[in-house]
Amino acid sequence: MINKIYSSPAEAVADVFDGATVMISGFGEAGSPIELIHALIDQGARDLCVISNNTGSGHVGLAALIENRQVRKMICSFPRSANSRVFPELYKRGEIELELVPQGTLAERIRAGGAGIPAFYTPTSVGTPLSDGKETRVFDAVTYVLEHALQADFALVKCQAADRYGNLVYNKTARNFGPIMCTAAKTAIVQCRQVLDPGGIDPEAVVTPGIFVQRVVEVQHPADESLLVAEERRYPW
Amino acid sequence: MVSNEKLSGWSVQQMAEKVAHDIPDGAYVNLGIGIPELVAGLVPEGREVIYHTENGLLGMGPVPPAGMEDPELINAGKKSVTAIPGACYFHHADSFTMIRGKHIDVCVLGALQVSEKGDLANWSTGDPQAIPAVGGAMDLVAGVKTIYVISKHMTKTGEPKIVKECTYPLTGQEVVNRIYTDMAIIDVIDKALVVREMAPGVSFELLRDCTGAPLHRG
Repeated sequence: MINKIYSSPAEAVADVFDGATVMISGFGEAGSPIELIHALIDQGARDLCVISNNTGSGHVGLAALIENRQVRKMICSFPRSANSRVFPELYKRGEIELELVPQGTLAERIRAGGAGIPAFYTPTSVGTPLSDGKETRVFDAVTYVLEHALQADFALVKCQAADRYGNLVYNKTARNFGPIMCTAAKTAIVQCRQVLDPGGIDPEAVVTPGIFVQRVVEVQHPADESLLVAEERRYPW
Repeated sequence: MVSNEKLSGWSVQQMAEKVAHDIPDGAYVNLGIGIPELVAGLVPEGREVIYHTENGLLGMGPVPPAGMEDPELINAGKKSVTAIPGACYFHHADSFTMIRGKHIDVCVLGALQVSEKGDLANWSTGDPQAIPAVGGAMDLVAGVKTIYVISKHMTKTGEPKIVKECTYPLTGQEVVNRIYTDMAIIDVIDKALVVREMAPGVSFELLRDCTGAPLHRG
């Protein structure tokens, strides 16, 4: 029998190893799997390369993972925001690496990684510092830059509901990078608000087919990151 | 002298109205963060415009009433928004397929500098102390069919923002179609700046003095 349900976030992230590449879903706090990230902080894997659109807020979630010095390198499109303090401090001190990627190129590199496409050409970033040193090619008089696919050992993803096969549905703009990250990671670990019986998700409405998901953990009431940031909470509590 | 002339130009609200006036019925539109967001409230009655936000929503509606915010329903600026009836959600690769695949009709962005060829610099001043962050700006200018820039004509220190060559790092090359400033509306046509409209009280000579690249009369 196929049963991808794990009993706790701790059990689901137990084998994340030092030096792993980890994709983390979310656009700001929307879709950020905060309970899985906190479990990874408790677990303690270090020297991680993290692929995520942002770098977290305050001192919880992704920001706390960075603050706990578990992250060697960030690959992201927008590493600062109104409430991001941890990453900017470390970056200015030269204590964390950054690969800055245009947001659509980031999404497409992940999509390509999940689809078995090693690289692709795009006009995004041509003529800017972000294409420096990259191979270019002209198609029909337009210059394109070659971008390489991204894959990961693990993806940490948040969704709304899942079944034991790993079929997923998301909630509003919290979907963002979740579906493509599930496809591009060897082990996609998903926290959901609700586990449903098989058939509980309309097959026509499934967003991520279960084949892309390896582990599902139910977190019925995920923390509200902006509330924790407003309260100046820090993880570990 | 400069301050008197600024008084006779358009306000930010009027600039946004000018942009909104040029957005056609039925357009799919992406608005940048900040001043471009004003445009949504100013589109003339009778036109239906669908707003795209690159974090995965087509059919973005206005800000919700206080107390009705949903942290999982936000725009690209990470502010709470609503979804109109008929809206749809999608993941990031689909969202940027809309952008990069030239499905979005109009994008309105702010600028640090625009060159006479339509090069845009709006993501970085190149300050080595700053944390570089680009977001979706480079994808938008590379992929959206029409790029409108809305910006003050000059910087706070009185330097022209419309220049012969951008000195800040580029967001994209030859991508801007039209510039809306407090002094004028200027088209970029065949790598040249063509003045389309001037604000009341602004003469061509004054506009030329406040611009760092040659201007042509429309």
